[in-house]
Amino acid sequence: MTPSTMGWAEPLKKVLRQLPAPVFWLGVWQLSAFLVDWRLEGRGNELLLPYPVSVLAALGELAREPSFWGNVGTTLLRVVLGLAAGYCLGAALAALTCRSRWCDRLLSPAIRVVRAAPVASFILLVLLWTGRDAVPAVIAALMVLPVVWDSLSQGIRAVDPKLLELGRAYRFSRGKLLTLLYLPSLRPYLLSALTTGAGLAWKSGVAAEVLCLPLPALGTQIYQTKYYLEIPELFAWTGVTVALSLLLEGLLRLGARRWTRGWPG
Amino acid sequence: MKLCDRLTVSYGDKLVLKDFSLSVPDRGITLLRGPSGCGKTTLLRVLAGLVPLTGGNLAVPPAQTAILFQEDRLLPWRTAAQQLSDVLPKERRGEVPALLELAELTGEEDRYPAQLSGGMGRRLALARCLALPARLYLLDEPFAGVDPPRAGRILDRLAGLDAPVLLVSHGEETVPRAARIVELDGPPLSIL
Repeated sequence: MTPSTMGWAEPLKKVLRQLPAPVFWLGVWQLSAFLVDWRLEGRGNELLLPYPVSVLAALGELAREPSFWGNVGTTLLRVVLGLAAGYCLGAALAALTCRSRWCDRLLSPAIRVVRAAPVASFILLVLLWTGRDAVPAVIAALMVLPVVWDSLSQGIRAVDPKLLELGRAYRFSRGKLLTLLYLPSLRPYLLSALTTGAGLAWKSGVAAEVLCLPLPALGTQIYQTKYYLEIPELFAWTGVTVALSLLLEGLLRLGARRWTRGWPG
Repeated sequence: MKLCDRLTVSYGDKLVLKDFSLSVPDRGITLLRGPSGCGKTTLLRVLAGLVPLTGGNLAVPPAQTAILFQEDRLLPWRTAAQQLSDVLPKERRGEVPALLELAELTGEEDRYPAQLSGGMGRRLALARCLALPARLYLLDEPFAGVDPPRAGRILDRLAGLDAPVLLVSHGEETVPRAARIVELDGPPLSIL
C-alpha cells in the first residue's frame, strides 16, 4: 500500500466502523413507518410516522428556501450566546462559592432552585420580563449555568492541595495559579460541563423558541409544523436541530482537544 | 548565619518544636539527621512559612527561601523545561539548560513527568527548587531514588551555591560534603 492510499484508508475505516448503527436505526424507522402504513392501509400514516424518504424530501424543500438558513443561523446564534453566557456565569459563580463560605451559603440554594425549577415556568417568566427574541438565549444560559457551576465546583474542590501549596511556596502569581494549576486540573470538569451544557442549551433554547415564537427561529418553525400538521417537516426540523447540536458539540470537543494538545493522559 | 530563634510549633496538643534555634554556615550544605518523625520536615516547612508559628522568630523571611518538598509535586501537564521556566524570573529564563545540566537531565527537556523515572523526577523537582531565587534552600530528601554516585556529583554542585543549603537526608553520600552536620532528636525537635 502506498503512503497516499494509507492517508485516506484510516478515515475510511473509521467511517465504515461508525456506519452500522445509523443504518440499523434507519432500517428500524423504515420498518416502523411501513408497519404504521400497513396498519392504517395508507390512510394518514404520514401524520403518525412518515417514511425517512418523505422527511428527506421535506428537508430538501426546506433547504431550498432562503428563510431556512435565516432560521437556522439565528437559532444557532441564540444558543451559542446562551451557552457562552451560562458557561462564563457558571464558572464565575463556582469560583466565588468555592472561595467564600458566605457566597456559598447565599448563592448555592438559588442556583439549586434554578436547576430544579421547570424550564417551562422560566420560559413564561422570562417572556414577561424581556422581549421574546431574548428569551431563548436567556433560558439556554439559565439551564447551562447550574450544570457548569456544579461540575466546576466539584473540580475546584478536587484540585490537589499539595500542588496549591507548591504554588504558594513557589510564589506563583494569580495568573500562574489559574493557567498552570487550576485550568489543567479542571480540564475533565471543564470539558464535561461544556458538552453537557451544549446539549442542554439546544434543548432549552429550542423549547423556548417553540413557546415564545420569535422570528426568525427554528423553534417557531417546529411550532408551525405542529399547527399545520406537517409531520415530515417536524421530523426535518428536529433532524436539523439534532445535527446542529452534534456539530456544535463536535466543534467544542475539537477546540478543547487543540487546547490540551500534547498533554499526557 | 542565624536561621531561627526560639521557635515553638504545635499540631493541636502535640508539641513539635519548642524553643528551637538554629544557625548554619553562610554557604555550603548543612545536613540535618535524626530519626523519622522527629520534626525535621516540620522545621523545613516552618522555615518556608508553610506552618504557622506559636512562638519565636525566623531570621530569613519565608519569601526568600525555596523548599523542595518530600514529594516531587511536578505539574503533570508541563514538560521538564517548562517546569523550570515556570518558576524562573523572566530575565533568567535562559538558565533552563544550565539547571537541567546541574540535575543531569540534559536531553530530557521535552519529556513530561510521567515519562521520567522516579529518580529523574526527583532531580527535576530539585532543579525547579534551585531555579527559584532564594537566600536559603530547604531540601527534604532530595536524593530519594537517585543513585549515590550521581547524588554525590549533584551535592558537589549544591555545595558551590551562593546561598546556604539546609538538607534533610538519610543517605550517607551527603556526610562528607556537608559543611555542618546537625544531629537531631524529638519530638519536640532538639539538637543533640
